[in-house]
Amino acid sequence: MKRIYVNEAWCLGCHLCEYNCAFANSGLRDMASALKGRQIYPRIHVEGKDGVFFAVSCRHCDDPLCVKSCIAGAISKTDGVVQINREKCVGCLTCVLVCPYGALAPGENGAMQKCELCLQNSCGAPACVTGCPNGAIVYEEREAAV
Amino acid sequence: MKRYVIIGNGVAAVGCIEGIRSADGAGEITVISAEPHPVYCRPLISYYLEGKTDLQRMQYRDGSFLANVGCTVRYGVRAQAIDPQAKTVALSDGAQLPYDALCVAAGSSPFLPPMQGLETVPRKFTFQTLDDALALEQAITPESRVLIVGAGLIGLKCAEGLHARVGRITVCDLADRVLSSILDAAAAARVQKHLEAQGIRFLLGDSVAQFSADFAEMKSGETVPFDVLVLAVGVRPNTSLVKEAGGETDRGILIDERMATTLPDVYAAGDCAQGYDRSCGARRVLALLPNAYLQGHAAGVNMAGGCASFDRGIPMNSIGFFGLHLMTAGSYDGEVIAADSGEAYKRFFVKDDRLTGFILIGGTDRAGIYTAMVREQTPLHTVDFSLLTSAATSAAFSPAVRTERFGGAV
Ligand SMILES: Cc1cc2nc3c(=O)[nH]c(=O)nc-3n(C[C@H](O)[C@H](O)[C@H](O)COP(=O)(O)OP(=O)(O)OC[C@H]3O[C@@H](n4cnc5c(N)ncnc54)[C@H](O)[C@@H]3O)c2cc1C
Ligand code: SF4
Ligand code: SF4
Repeated sequence: MKRIYVNEAWCLGCHLCEYNCAFANSGLRDMASALKGRQIYPRIHVEGKDGVFFAVSCRHCDDPLCVKSCIAGAISKTDGVVQINREKCVGCLTCVLVCPYGALAPGENGAMQKCELCLQNSCGAPACVTGCPNGAIVYEEREAAV
Repeated sequence: MKRYVIIGNGVAAVGCIEGIRSADGAGEITVISAEPHPVYCRPLISYYLEGKTDLQRMQYRDGSFLANVGCTVRYGVRAQAIDPQAKTVALSDGAQLPYDALCVAAGSSPFLPPMQGLETVPRKFTFQTLDDALALEQAITPESRVLIVGAGLIGLKCAEGLHARVGRITVCDLADRVLSSILDAAAAARVQKHLEAQGIRFLLGDSVAQFSADFAEMKSGETVPFDVLVLAVGVRPNTSLVKEAGGETDRGILIDERMATTLPDVYAAGDCAQGYDRSCGARRVLALLPNAYLQGHAAGVNMAGGCASFDRGIPMNSIGFFGLHLMTAGSYDGEVIAADSGEAYKRFFVKDDRLTGFILIGGTDRAGIYTAMVREQTPLHTVDFSLLTSAATSAAFSPAVRTERFGGAV
């Protein structure tokens, strides 16, 4: 399946992916009203140190610990995509405690959120990838680890 | 066609069903469920009282689950005995159910130590099942004075669930601190303070000497009036079926890394089982939901003739109380590294170049990075550990590790 992959050599650490993510999942048409002056809750996060940056989002693991650990049965995997039913989530953070990559964080109302590859919103393909100015994140098929 | 029987209908049973189906799409699966409900999220019973979920949303799987996996559940029926020679399970409805592979996923039961005068208390409850929560809900009024015996996870979660719906809550515990099995003294003091700020009262290092119908006389001499009593002293793994059938048990049903008990073709998983705890290198009961699923799944795969082992269980907890989140993992062995920052309380335990465990109150972002290090026993000299103690980040790993994680399928 297609996943998001990171090429940290190309990442500028500009955080644009975070804004594109928050906008894509806001359900709003206009970027300014979605983001301006507001705390944003993106599902991708740029981390880094010493001038090296990389954007972390859900790996859609082959063996997703978050799915197996959620105390509310709120996380499931369908056709390779790991998704959260935010209606069921009770905000216990157990998924944060088990995800080895730091890919989940609470959203605005405390329910968890994570990358669902923009398959649930109107983008249809990850907005972070589309908007990355330097090709530091890509959306493609890769089989084994490179 | 292979016949699978699962005793118990909790999360370990679901893991087992899904494990079986990953390897055998056809075999006949029968689940024996003492509780008369479809599988629900046991940890959510306090969130139910709190109004943060409801009976529909707290279902662990959606309504089409049983039909999709092709599995029969016998509700309201108990397994009474296992005959490992004849390979049958005797049920409370008189049936003898034959099996080719059996999984005991019977969970645990509240432990009730003998207490003076307990029989005189009319409204007393345990807090383990959905029916317990529903009965408790019936018994409370906005004026109720509730006494909870036990300041562990279950007692405190119960207190949180009841808080907005009753008049007053007192929690007592023999231990001198809250959550004594997972927190050190300083962390426990923080949590206690936070709960006290909500109006919950604690009597710690104290226990009930004598119950009367509506008050308890404490060992300390204090008298605590109450209308509703909740007993949350602890739980005991349900081991008797396996023990009586001649299988080895300790605190829990002893299982190997394949989830096999010492009885042929009998497996065990979840709160009733005692499997390998990687963080201490011995077998321990890990009464936690993630562990129940993972053990159940491994058992199911093996029952269906596949090959699965699960030897990476570790104790771990993520709990929130009134907006304060705490996380713990591992076995607090070795040197303690204090790394508080701002409001956050952080303790890391390090031994032989490995992270053995941690305690966090606040500062929980991306904490799964730490949990993975405890589970995988990551050598600390391969990471930037001082960076990690300030915040969990993959920036602390080598570029090669990051390429593996974020540049490939995992
Ligand atoms: C209030 C509360 C809060 C919790 N919070 C958390 C949390 O935040 N995080 C976490 O990880 N864990 C939490 N837990 C623990 C978690 O719920 C358990 O670890 C998990 O549910 C265990 O699943 P299981 O399938 O092993 O057992 P169970 O869910 O207990 O299922 C076992 C089932 O077997 C049935 N049974 C027993 N004997 C028989 C028999 N002879 N015949 C037929 N059926 C039988 C029982 O009735 C029960 O329904 C909490 C538990 C409670 C009570
Ligand atoms: S949230 Fe974490 S554990 Fe779950 S699928 Fe994504 S990367 Fe894997
Ligand atoms: S925070 Fe929500 S999604 Fe995560 S484990 Fe808890 S209930 Fe499940």
